[in-house]
Amino acid sequence: MSQIETFYDVMRRQGITRRSFLKYCSLTAAALGLGPAFAPKIAHAMENKERTPVLWLHGLECTCCSESFIRSAHPLVKDVVLSMISLDYDDTLMASAGHQAEAILEETIQKYKGKYILAVEGNPPLNEDGMFCIVGGKPFLDQLKHAAKDAAAIIAWGSCASWGCVQAARPNPTQAVPIHKVITDKPIIKVPGCPPIAEVMTGVITYMLTFGTLPELDRQGRPKMFYSQRIHDKCYRRPHFDAGQFVEQWDDEGARKGYCLYKVGCKGPTTYNACSTVRWNEGTSFPIQAGHGCIGCSEDGFWDKGSFYDRLTDIHQFGIEKNADEIGTAVAGGVGAAIAAHAAVSAIKRAQHKGDQE
Amino acid sequence: MTELNANQLDNSGRRIVVDPVTRIEGHMRCEVNVDENNIIRNAVSTGTMWRGLEVILKGRDPRDAWAFVERICGVCTGTHALTSVRAVEDALDIQIPLNAHLIRHMMDKTLQIHDHIVHFYHLHALDWVNPVNALKADPVETSELQKMVSPHHPKSSPGYFKDVQTRLKKFVESGQLGLFANGYWDNPAYKMPPAADLMAVAHYLEALDFQKEIVKIHAIFGGKNPHPNYMVGGMPCAINLDDTGASGAPVNMVTLNFVLERIREAQAFTKNVYLPDVMAIASIYKDWLYGGGLAAENLLSYGTYTQVPYDKSTDLLPAGAIIGGNWDEIHPVDVRDPEQVQEFVDHSWYRYEEGKTGLHPWDGETSPSFELGPNTVGTKTDIKELDESAKYSWIKAPRWRGHAMEVGPLPRYIIAYASGREYVKEQVDRSLASFNQATGHELTLKQFLPSTLGRTLARALECELCADSMLDDWHQLVGNIKAGDTSTANVEKWDPANWPKEAKGVGINEAPRGALGHWIKIKDGKIENYQAVVPTTWNGSPRDSQGNIGAFEASLLNTPMERPDEPVEILRTLHSFDPCLACSTHVMSEDGQELTKVKIR
Repeated sequence: MSQIETFYDVMRRQGITRRSFLKYCSLTAAALGLGPAFAPKIAHAMENKERTPVLWLHGLECTCCSESFIRSAHPLVKDVVLSMISLDYDDTLMASAGHQAEAILEETIQKYKGKYILAVEGNPPLNEDGMFCIVGGKPFLDQLKHAAKDAAAIIAWGSCASWGCVQAARPNPTQAVPIHKVITDKPIIKVPGCPPIAEVMTGVITYMLTFGTLPELDRQGRPKMFYSQRIHDKCYRRPHFDAGQFVEQWDDEGARKGYCLYKVGCKGPTTYNACSTVRWNEGTSFPIQAGHGCIGCSEDGFWDKGSFYDRLTDIHQFGIEKNADEIGTAVAGGVGAAIAAHAAVSAIKRAQHKGDQE
Repeated sequence: MTELNANQLDNSGRRIVVDPVTRIEGHMRCEVNVDENNIIRNAVSTGTMWRGLEVILKGRDPRDAWAFVERICGVCTGTHALTSVRAVEDALDIQIPLNAHLIRHMMDKTLQIHDHIVHFYHLHALDWVNPVNALKADPVETSELQKMVSPHHPKSSPGYFKDVQTRLKKFVESGQLGLFANGYWDNPAYKMPPAADLMAVAHYLEALDFQKEIVKIHAIFGGKNPHPNYMVGGMPCAINLDDTGASGAPVNMVTLNFVLERIREAQAFTKNVYLPDVMAIASIYKDWLYGGGLAAENLLSYGTYTQVPYDKSTDLLPAGAIIGGNWDEIHPVDVRDPEQVQEFVDHSWYRYEEGKTGLHPWDGETSPSFELGPNTVGTKTDIKELDESAKYSWIKAPRWRGHAMEVGPLPRYIIAYASGREYVKEQVDRSLASFNQATGHELTLKQFLPSTLGRTLARALECELCADSMLDDWHQLVGNIKAGDTSTANVEKWDPANWPKEAKGVGINEAPRGALGHWIKIKDGKIENYQAVVPTTWNGSPRDSQGNIGAFEASLLNTPMERPDEPVEILRTLHSFDPCLACSTHVMSEDGQELTKVKIR
């Protein structure tokens, strides 16, 4: 047992005192909204857990999820891979190939029956007997079903595995399907996004390792801790939306002042993700902060919901003034949409306000 | 001149199958035949995935195309997006502002640096480096080695390497080898001394930490990485240095400073870690000069990093084609000419209309046709051995004027060298001199560069070029803003109402893995046809109508294997191309509707 390097060992080795470690556990508990009673539990888990085997399969995909994963800053991905999980199979990173690689997959499935995590990046195509995606001479679909059978938990990384993503966009020529269409006897944790945020990915894994349980999921199977709020709800540009201050055209005055991107197509109001809170690349920025609207990449079927630059017109959850529909019609070009109306009301308020000032 | 052709290959020896080929992007299979001396005499490279993105694009808004094609690949993330917006801008005759040009260059170089470093350390290094052997190292010796190969790298103390070794030891002793399980660690193909192996393992981990830093430049200008945002007509990241709201604007003093720091880190890492490591590995594997193949013959580059916008003659790495190893003649390349770039499908799982052979991408047509040859061993859904005399890959076979071509950092570097680009000449000459000095060899460039090692070296040199020239881009951007130009987008033709009824365009770039082209036809404001011919389609292509073989296959020939059951040498040479299979195998016809008949069970 002492041979196994636990998360606690890693922290100690990096010069963190036991006192700081326990403080870290308390902060982690607080950050996860768990209350102080959970701190000892976190500490215990981090001190004693063996590394859980993870099999990471790749179907039809672009590897953006793997790339995102290795961007994780806390925890660092080297610590995840060396000290927290045992990444036994991942064709993007593993040393061995061919028969030797396939042998490892079998070995882990047999040795850790019911105890390993299956992580799936990409999805299986059903057309052409599955041969639009071949692994070891056979359809990826076979490998996926085989590895899923004895998994303790299954994670669907990204929008491909969760929803289908780009290859499943109309007309979906390979008939690519999300993994829940072919694995129907097990709960699947969906971590959508194209890709998901790095710390969201490692956050989901470390939560499972630390608490020995699945994170609480919403009705669609997404962890509530990251996917329960819209990007719009916590966007730093939200006050400009409420004030009716919009980017009307690229590189205009509003764009330079950081106004709301709703009118140039931002899908933040309908997209459930943690981009505006956790942000990207160690909190450096997120799409709206860099001036482009959200394209809604964590939403089911986002490729087929019209242009990324079309204004949203099908939102109904905003409380607005009585005559808003009328105003909305004028502004949004004929579609009775609450959000457009809300934006319009905001704009009119602003105009009125401006008038007062002048 | 004779081309490398299937009719010269001998497939009578023992067949070795490697599937999956790991540490690449996407799905790939490789089969070779070895003779009685375990020398590779026939090679078969197969793309084993296909997604059909171009048919999905049909009928969509051309301004959205970048986001779709960006998802061709998340490893070379952004390069397809950039090439796509260029194609649309070319079709609609849109010129972008200088600031957008410079920001796009910085994003493109950020990708190049990131991609090259991750490729070398996390996909390629384990072909040269034996982490288990590092356990035997004396950390003091590693420390001395580190100080010798790279005096400026701060992480060089014996204690540092001792810590890395201890961590590795605990990892190995845990019995859970994870990513390193079933590696070929007792194979004599590994030749590094333990001290060097330990240094490389330390750098494997350092590179893992570093790579997440450089991509933050994408987060600043594109909002995220992987898959930053691009835009037709310029860049969406507006500039505001000193006016109201500047602190919430994408490009301001804080973010410019941030980008500058990341560029400097990239320069330091490349010069102090990446380049010295590649040179050290080259000097240890000095006699392993296999893997040249097509690199000694036919090379292609579309050129990149245009210094004066829209003037291709100012490319830092110029366009051109070399045929038959004649470096004295650089042929001009025109991607619009229907006679130059053509794709063949004789050995690919597609079918052309009767009588058609090679098609230019603007006229590209593709109907998938998954069929196996009569000599296949196995069944349709359980292939044991492929029959390369028939169709055997999801990759098409692109050819330039009928020639199979190698693309990538090495072709870019040979073409730039032969074109007399000073920066490149200095780098290449310096590298060869130091290699010869370290090894006692007296190799010429033509003996040294067209090889697996040469490919790996060119990639590292290009990383240095990108880091250095990105600093120039940054200064030019700041200078231009200082001169009063803060524009980032040309919106004159943003509205489709201002577009012609029909238009066609082409976007080109040099992606991390080589020449990349997107061809688009626009009709009534929608995409009528979209074709991408990508680097790994060139390098990983199967045979063509004439039997000419592609770069992957050619590179493996005549390589001796220490143990044919352990594909170390195959992986080493294939990885030197940095294969990207999701990129190579997404091409699709216009009539994909017919393919959607399968029922979801």
